[in-house]
Amino acid sequence: MADSGMNEDLLGLAQNWREEGRGVALATVIATWGSSPRPVGSQLVVRDDGTFRGSVSGGCIEGAVIGEAHAAIKDGEHRRLEFSVSNERAWEVGLTCGGTVQVFVEKLS
Amino acid sequence: MKLDTLKALNAARGAKRAVALITDLESGEERLLAWGEEKDTDLARHIDEAFAADRSATVDIDGRSVFINVFNPPLRLIVVGAVHIAEPLARYAAIVGYDVTIIDPRRAYTEAERFPGVTLLGDWPDDALATLAPDHRTAVVTLTHDPKIDDPALHFALRAPVFYVGCLGSRKTHGKRVDRLAAEGFTPEEIARIHGPVGLDIGARTPQEIALSIMAEVVAAHRGKLP
Repeated sequence: MADSGMNEDLLGLAQNWREEGRGVALATVIATWGSSPRPVGSQLVVRDDGTFRGSVSGGCIEGAVIGEAHAAIKDGEHRRLEFSVSNERAWEVGLTCGGTVQVFVEKLS
Repeated sequence: MKLDTLKALNAARGAKRAVALITDLESGEERLLAWGEEKDTDLARHIDEAFAADRSATVDIDGRSVFINVFNPPLRLIVVGAVHIAEPLARYAAIVGYDVTIIDPRRAYTEAERFPGVTLLGDWPDDALATLAPDHRTAVVTLTHDPKIDDPALHFALRAPVFYVGCLGSRKTHGKRVDRLAAEGFTPEEIARIHGPVGLDIGARTPQEIALSIMAEVVAAHRGKLP
């Protein structure tokens, strides 16, 4: 997670949560096109009770990503998501900046 | 990601070792590699590029999408002088994600209580810097404006590959500093590396505002945004 600010130690938190027996998923920005608020490598960690830390955008798509993270915690499958303004999802969770981001969501097993 | 992989990654980060997390985006499988561990492959070349640019990336390896997440050790800020400005500066630097070390040989100044989470060294700056081995991911700021403390730090920093050198002091103080360094054999190019008076010009007056202007200049230098 180069250049994305590690001061919050999200990965340390993810480890702690998992070791406490919680279900945990990680969402990571794996690619961006055009203007995007968070660089590649930015992460969001999600716990099974709805708690989350970090970000993969300026707050525009976190809701949808958290939803997918909960699904990943349940079914154990990883997911590759793409968000942009032209995407159909934009009606609910588009990026207002006009960029496109790809987010990889995986369960911490 | 497996918990064991995450534990190994967190251990490497804690030990400030440069590692890359390689994830096959189709299978979801990952592995952790130290910088230089993978050799002579397309993946190795992509990893080297990602480390050099400090930029994670998705790459194509034999038709498969692979995400390379690079974890460089944190950027470092070395501050010479545990003066008042050093307190807010250390805090801003920590928020931005820098590892902070403060050097001051004057014992009265290096009270640990004033600097939570900061490495404090009571050595002379040239000795301390030789041990710290500042590199291209390190910024050095001198704050004492006392030549017998600041100058030994500069003698070291100006010939080290650091990305930023800044010195607190008025234009007059800086002028004298430049004269001393020139008399000591430093070249105009070496001396020109110093940002002095230190910090972006935001009209800062208080120690907190000055610290903010310094931190902003350090970030601008790291991001290549200084003239």
